[in-house]
Amino acid sequence: MLDILQRLGHKALSRLAAIGRAGQLLLQSLVAAPQPLTMLPLVLKQIYFVGVLSLVIIVVSGGFIGMVLGLQGYTILVDYGSEQAVGQMVALSLVRELAPVVAALLFAGRAGSALTAEIGLMKATEQLASLEMIGVDPLRRIIAPRLWAGFICMPILAIIFAVVGIWGGSLVAVDWLGIYEGSFWANMQQSVDFYDDVVNGIIKAVCFGIVVTWIAVFEGYDCIPTSEGISQATTRTVVYSSLAVLGLDFILTALMFGEL
Amino acid sequence: MRMRTVEIGVGAFMLAGILALVVLALNVSGLNPAEQTGGYKVYARFDNIGGLTPRAKVAMSGVQIGQVKAIRIDKDMLMAEVEMEIFNDVDYLTVDSSASILTAGLLGEQYIGVVPGAEEDLLGEGDFIQDTQSALVLEELIGKFLFNKVSE
Repeated sequence: MLDILQRLGHKALSRLAAIGRAGQLLLQSLVAAPQPLTMLPLVLKQIYFVGVLSLVIIVVSGGFIGMVLGLQGYTILVDYGSEQAVGQMVALSLVRELAPVVAALLFAGRAGSALTAEIGLMKATEQLASLEMIGVDPLRRIIAPRLWAGFICMPILAIIFAVVGIWGGSLVAVDWLGIYEGSFWANMQQSVDFYDDVVNGIIKAVCFGIVVTWIAVFEGYDCIPTSEGISQATTRTVVYSSLAVLGLDFILTALMFGEL
Repeated sequence: MRMRTVEIGVGAFMLAGILALVVLALNVSGLNPAEQTGGYKVYARFDNIGGLTPRAKVAMSGVQIGQVKAIRIDKDMLMAEVEMEIFNDVDYLTVDSSASILTAGLLGEQYIGVVPGAEEDLLGEGDFIQDTQSALVLEELIGKFLFNKVSE
């Protein structure tokens, strides 16, 4: 009985300590005296790896999700004779929910896992320790550029996801199913508000970007420096950031669109 | 990886993001910079506004000339008071214009239709449209119909 209690306590304490270390990592790498001039090339390079190379998966999945939304929305709405509302449905669900959430999940899978594995391997091969030996702060040199790159890329990816999705929806609804183009776009423009819907969606994407990148970088920096530890850390990155994104999405939606 | 390719890639990525945001703003949410220059406020009181919501369009002959800004109860008159913003370039609404709440299509959203009158004077900032017609509420209509049947 006491053994079980002790194990529970040990788990809780180590989780708490991990959260504390994660907060420390974020604070030290972001707040501690930023050096914009030396960091800019590093951030650019990370944006390339984290953002530009994620574009393909974002664009392809955004297009398909938009097309599916158009198709599903049409088959339901046509029963009520209001198939013109497809544009509104596709745009609202993409801008408010699907673009930030799905883009964040894909981002966690594509970029987050890569970040964790890269930093974990650096730790396992003692690159981080040797950086410290020659007097370079690994938090500034390795961690901070990756964090900034993730923060910057995620909202851009979500916006691109939404636009491609809406284009995919219009492709299916207007070009294939023959909804009148004017009412498709007019319905959409009437129901989507720039500040209430688009800006709130972008705020969501910013939050998800921060959370996913933070988890990914921390898991890599905090992993057990063995090949097994790196694989576990990579798995944890994907699982934790997916859960965090979905949970946070509910909270943000309740705050933004719910009457709470 | 040469720095040049990286920078070009990042530049293109940023540009794509900005373009996508512009598309979202202009094409999807219908944010029109020309329309955002504002307009003048006109008020109207209705017995019943039905399902009218803020941001609904105000139209003349079906062409949008403004939008609904706010809806509240006028405590003195105990009627719904609708605040409309009419675009600045609309200078043909006379003081005896009439406003009615209409429905676009059978199930569509509700909007305010404005018909100008014959007076010389024009509506200005803060004026009220006196001649109004409420939204069509289906239950009331059925109620009236039944009442007529019974009284026959």
